[in-house]
Amino acid sequence: MRYALLVQGGPYSHQATHSALRFAEALIRRGHHLETVFFYHDGVYNAARLLAPPQDEPHLGDAWRRLHDDHGTRLQVCIAAGLRRGLLDEREASRHGKEGASLAPPFELTGLGQLVDAGLSHDRLITFAP
Amino acid sequence: MSHESTLPEGDLLVVLRHGPHGSLWLREGLEAALVAAALGQRVSLLFMGPGVAALAAGQQRGPLEQKGTLPMLEMLPLYEVENLLAVDEDLDALGLDADRLAVPAVRVVPAAVAALMARHPLVLNF
Repeated sequence: MRYALLVQGGPYSHQATHSALRFAEALIRRGHHLETVFFYHDGVYNAARLLAPPQDEPHLGDAWRRLHDDHGTRLQVCIAAGLRRGLLDEREASRHGKEGASLAPPFELTGLGQLVDAGLSHDRLITFAP
Repeated sequence: MSHESTLPEGDLLVVLRHGPHGSLWLREGLEAALVAAALGQRVSLLFMGPGVAALAAGQQRGPLEQKGTLPMLEMLPLYEVENLLAVDEDLDALGLDADRLAVPAVRVVPAAVAALMARHPLVLNF
């Protein structure tokens, strides 16, 4: 099946991200496809470029990047939720006169329409929220 | 409303479980509903738990200086979002009689929530 995940919990603050990643690994192991992860609400902090957890804890940002690199999973971040929380890519940073981007590829800023589209175009959309 | 046959159908059910102010859950849930409606989806809204407070009349900006969510509710008809439902016990718990609501909502019993979800292929929870 083609899966999409909706992540609405901030990394480390809540279990939502850990659970979403474990679910992602499990469904891929079972032969399903994880095509899209959409980050909304505080979930957008998963895309923060400078996450620096202690070395003996899982790096959740890198875990998402691995999913993209190994399985082509799209990592989409709601632009409205991201901007108001300080998650800006190069383009938005320059548009808003900010120094440096706080979000980097493979995470991409996108609109809420992509969430609706993911819900309609995948076989399953599973929400992980605090 | 407790008869399942009278429950609305649609493409997307947005469940709103948080009140206005204090968090962004309600606002971001409504934003998702408006975007989906703008894209031509048939959207229903279900207010439950503290989320029913979103319907209360007379809301203002509040001390947090956020815009509040009432203007978004008032825009719903422009987006052809007409199915607003609220869990009856949750309205009653806050004393929200029909004449205290800013926008009308159809009362549903808690037991009807599962059937309502089953009538929408996509459910988003906020």
